[in-house]
Amino acid sequence: MAPVATPFFFYLLSLLTLGSAFLVITRRNPVHSALALILGLLAQAGLYLMLYAPFVAGVQIILYAGGIMVLFLFVIMLVNLERAQREEQFNKQWLVGILAACALGALFVFVFWKGSGLFPTSLEPMAEASNTQQVAELLYGPYMFAFEIASLLLLVAMIGAVVMAKKRI
Amino acid sequence: MVGAQYFTGIDYLLSLPVILLTLFALGILLIDLMIPTEWKWMNAATALIGVLFAAAGVLKVQLVQRELAEHGQRAEYAFMHSLRMDHFAIYFTYLFLAGAALAILISVRYLEIEREHHGEFYALILFSVTGMIAMAAGFDIVLIFIGLELMAISTYVLVGFLRSDRRSNEAALKYLLLGAFSSGIFAYGLSLFYGLTGSTNLGDIADGVGREMAAHHEHATPVMIIALLTTATGLFFKIAAVPFHQWAPDAYEGAPTSVTGFMSVAVKAAAWAMLLRVFVWGLYPLRNVYLPLVVFVSVLTMTGANLAALTQNNLKRLLAYSSIAHVGYMLLGLVAFASVEYPAAVTDGFRGILLYLLVYTFMNLGAFAVITSLRQRDVIGDDIDDIAGLYSRAPTEAVLMLIFLLSLAGIPPLAGFYGKYFIFLSLVESGHYVLASLAVVYAVFGLYYYMRIANAMFMREALDPSRLPVSAAMKVALGVSAFATLFIGLFPNSFIQLVTWSLS
Repeated sequence: MAPVATPFFFYLLSLLTLGSAFLVITRRNPVHSALALILGLLAQAGLYLMLYAPFVAGVQIILYAGGIMVLFLFVIMLVNLERAQREEQFNKQWLVGILAACALGALFVFVFWKGSGLFPTSLEPMAEASNTQQVAELLYGPYMFAFEIASLLLLVAMIGAVVMAKKRI
Repeated sequence: MVGAQYFTGIDYLLSLPVILLTLFALGILLIDLMIPTEWKWMNAATALIGVLFAAAGVLKVQLVQRELAEHGQRAEYAFMHSLRMDHFAIYFTYLFLAGAALAILISVRYLEIEREHHGEFYALILFSVTGMIAMAAGFDIVLIFIGLELMAISTYVLVGFLRSDRRSNEAALKYLLLGAFSSGIFAYGLSLFYGLTGSTNLGDIADGVGREMAAHHEHATPVMIIALLTTATGLFFKIAAVPFHQWAPDAYEGAPTSVTGFMSVAVKAAAWAMLLRVFVWGLYPLRNVYLPLVVFVSVLTMTGANLAALTQNNLKRLLAYSSIAHVGYMLLGLVAFASVEYPAAVTDGFRGILLYLLVYTFMNLGAFAVITSLRQRDVIGDDIDDIAGLYSRAPTEAVLMLIFLLSLAGIPPLAGFYGKYFIFLSLVESGHYVLASLAVVYAVFGLYYYMRIANAMFMREALDPSRLPVSAAMKVALGVSAFATLFIGLFPNSFIQLVTWSLS
């Protein structure tokens, strides 16, 4: 099965991701930022799909674009929007931030040029169906017990939040 | 990955203690909704029954293992080698359960006085014990880490349980931030080891690290050193060794006193179980690399903690520094263990650590029980002035406190002596004479600050001469701790056998 127009979709999705990420930090209205973030996360899910990782793509859409973004929007709706709009968009550390971002970018470029031997040149594409299955086999195999204990961890975090935050328990 | 394709009865049997504790914790959360305020002690009783059931579960595991061993079968691993209920894990599980039971007993009246008597407290204690068992019995770094977080998050909430008390809130926040930070560093180290060996199973990690070391002429590669340093930093944070100890005095001071007692024994024992699992089972091929590190940290810990404890006037802070000093002594056991060849030579250092943790559980929790009982309606009772004249207010308690303090200092007929004795002996046998003498000198320092408390109890006048009321549950807890402290000290042989068994 030959992939169709792979470079085109890759550049399209990358452009969407970068563009919406830019919008997230430049929009004044937090609701617009949140919507741009959803678009970015969806584009990222598309990139995961191109890497033959349908499970990660699905989780990305359900958890990030779905669950967490709804939570974000709730919080945005609860805070005072008008006051937030009058506040300064960027704080004083934007210069440091740009420098750090450039340094990280330079590191990526350096690894890309110099360390090409570190990465395998071509990977055998996995069958799409088996990816999710492999995750499941690990999760319900060697990590079964850890998975169950993790559910307790979430429960305790919830109890803890209620105990610490509620006025009367 | 070897092992059964499907889970069998053995898998569920070996996790029986965890299942029972979880069920009881959930039960408490439900029952708590239905009982009126004056009946809240029922939650404590339920939690105690839960602890007993879990102990019975461990006993059942032991019996089945013995029966299978007679047929030449070993039933240690469960859930595809991610859980390992060996003697080491069983020993620690008993230790956690004992610590939790005593902490529950001393909490009842304290929480009533603080007007924060909620069922969640006991549920969280049981949940944190569940996490501890996952830490001690986990043979997979993922399980160990999740167990650690389960224990830690329960403990953060317990530390901040006195919600109207600002000290408690501050302590919980500090503990949460530093705990999350150290967990992050620890996870970073573990992930590097996963990257180096391609497995999250401790046995596979040991094999992989051994192969890497053999390939590099027994020298650690830089990546391996970074992985070891970050893992060790995370572990030292969790056992509160100097220089990663700053959270301990603050968290211990602000937490409800019964929780402080629980933290200083059970939580610390769990961190030790995790440290030993990782260092001895997982990273044994790297022992020559981490040996200097452990020597450095243990000397620093003994020095820093003993010097800082000399000037403390708050009882909880003083005992916090003393518990850090005890960590320093225990680290010396690891030094002795790592500096001799394992199968051929004595493993006394390791045995010493396990015995130390056992006696430490009873003597330290006993001391905290006495401090807990000082809390009255209008007295916070954690200053050294509050314990002044205790002999005239509650003679039995004062004498018991003296026993715990002498045991903590390591005076011969008491349990604490044998903890120190085996560790110092193993140091001498492995040729670390300087370290052994240094440790003895610091033990004398320890005597000074413990005797300051004794001096206040017996020689000074009480600020408030009224008799100190002691609840029945507290009496039971004090009695059990004092009995164990005396009994282990007078008849150490069976306990030494127990410790030897736990390593077989």
